[in-house]
Amino acid sequence: MSSTAYPSHWRPPPAFFGNRRRYWIFMAGVVAYFVWSLSTLNINVDRMLAGIPRAWDILVRMMPPDFSRTQLLINGMLESVQMALAATLVGALLSVPLAIAAARNLAPRPVYLAARGFIVVGRTFHEIIIAIFFVKLFGFGAVAGLLTLAFASLTFLGKMLAEDIENVRMGQIEAVRATGAGFAQIIVFSVVPQVLSRTVGVLIYRLDANVRHSTVIGIVGAGGIGQTLSASFSRYDYDFAAAILLSIVALVALGEWFSDWVRRKLR
Amino acid sequence: MTTVTTRYPEVWRKRSLRETVIGWLWTAAVAAAAVWSVSMLDIEWAFFADAHEQAIDLAQRMWPPRWSYLSVIVAPLIETIHIATIGTAIAVVFSVPLAFLAARNTTLNGFTWAIGRALLVASRSVNTVIWGLIFVAIFGPGPVAGIAAVAARSVGFLAKLVAESIEEADRGPVEAIESTGASTGQVYLLGILPQVMPVLIGTTVYRWDINVRESSVLGFVGAGGIGLHLYASINQFAWQQVLIVLAAILVIVLLSEALSAYIRGRIT
Repeated sequence: MSSTAYPSHWRPPPAFFGNRRRYWIFMAGVVAYFVWSLSTLNINVDRMLAGIPRAWDILVRMMPPDFSRTQLLINGMLESVQMALAATLVGALLSVPLAIAAARNLAPRPVYLAARGFIVVGRTFHEIIIAIFFVKLFGFGAVAGLLTLAFASLTFLGKMLAEDIENVRMGQIEAVRATGAGFAQIIVFSVVPQVLSRTVGVLIYRLDANVRHSTVIGIVGAGGIGQTLSASFSRYDYDFAAAILLSIVALVALGEWFSDWVRRKLR
Repeated sequence: MTTVTTRYPEVWRKRSLRETVIGWLWTAAVAAAAVWSVSMLDIEWAFFADAHEQAIDLAQRMWPPRWSYLSVIVAPLIETIHIATIGTAIAVVFSVPLAFLAARNTTLNGFTWAIGRALLVASRSVNTVIWGLIFVAIFGPGPVAGIAAVAARSVGFLAKLVAESIEEADRGPVEAIESTGASTGQVYLLGILPQVMPVLIGTTVYRWDINVRESSVLGFVGAGGIGLHLYASINQFAWQQVLIVLAAILVIVLLSEALSAYIRGRIT
């Protein structure tokens, strides 16, 4: 009699949706989305299946990776690292005035809005799109790559630094101002000490991000190892491509380890 | 009197002599790295001379925008969002088992943990566009390669953050479920998964909006989406179309960022 009131099997309550009905409505929405999107994408199943033996073939041709063209590999990797290093520094220098302009507590309102607008628009576009324009303006090669990464660093660092500046304690600014300091002295003696250690952390993080991106913008002709990789793929030179990919993985892993190490030390 | 003046200097200095020297050494090292980098890049400075003329020329060619092109790019824009969404969804499915494999407290043994970690590093170190290059070679040009590329890059991103949150999961619920005699699979499903669910959903939504941005350029290597039209327009020097495409990308990236921020705000 009473056994009907207490179910013999426990069922976990659905997380996040409160009740089972909302959960099923959500799931039906998900299924409907996939049916719609997959039908518009025009996916050819035969071609996908044909890709599986091709993937195996490519993998076989990648083995063993061909590291014999050492000079080409080292030059490409070195160029990527140099672009990343130089771009981080250029971006960092330019980001200081941008960040001051984009900090609500330091800049007048029109300047603040203009700087914020620049940051929002600049951060929207992928590095590769920016790289195309710099390639158009400065020709193929590392200069376009350097400027692309510098631009991306400028908007990223500008945003982070502006937020840090907005979070500084006003007490210290007022204290320095009370001694009769000018605008530049207020920045140097009350803002800089408060944001410096976090900014160095963000800077190292950005260096790491620039190393990652420097490996890819070469695809549109902006220098670095990406150019070599893209060329080796279009020549079906898969064993050399495998060597480049492994080098990139090693470089990025090293960069990430370095970035983590420095930021741990700063904390 | 004299001893006092030597111990307490007349002029206030922010740093001691030693700190100043170390500071300058760091600055010198960074400057040296910058000079080394720039000098090795063999920069053709002549290109800088006419860059501003080129920029003005480009801006003039872009204006006025060719509004009629907007109707052409609606379908590719939707395709771009589909690539990001389906790619992210596939990544979520694969990232959960990978996260359990790569978390120190749920992996089977040291060997499986190493495999999990290696997969994380490989997935995350290769950029989405480079994954696109690889999958175009496998599946041929089209959105399938783009979806695979987005999924391949996102798996590592999601799994890393979920694995970290598995390692930090509260032992209490896990022990409670173990004490009912549940199997390992049940413990993971009912004891750990609900705890990491907010992190999984939050990172998924965050990664989705990054993926929309990444999908906008996958077309450059032939992996579908709006990038194909951007690349074609640039190669045809159809700058009035380029402006329209850029504006469209701006809109969808900003919208997806706003949506992602809204959802993440509701979760936490």
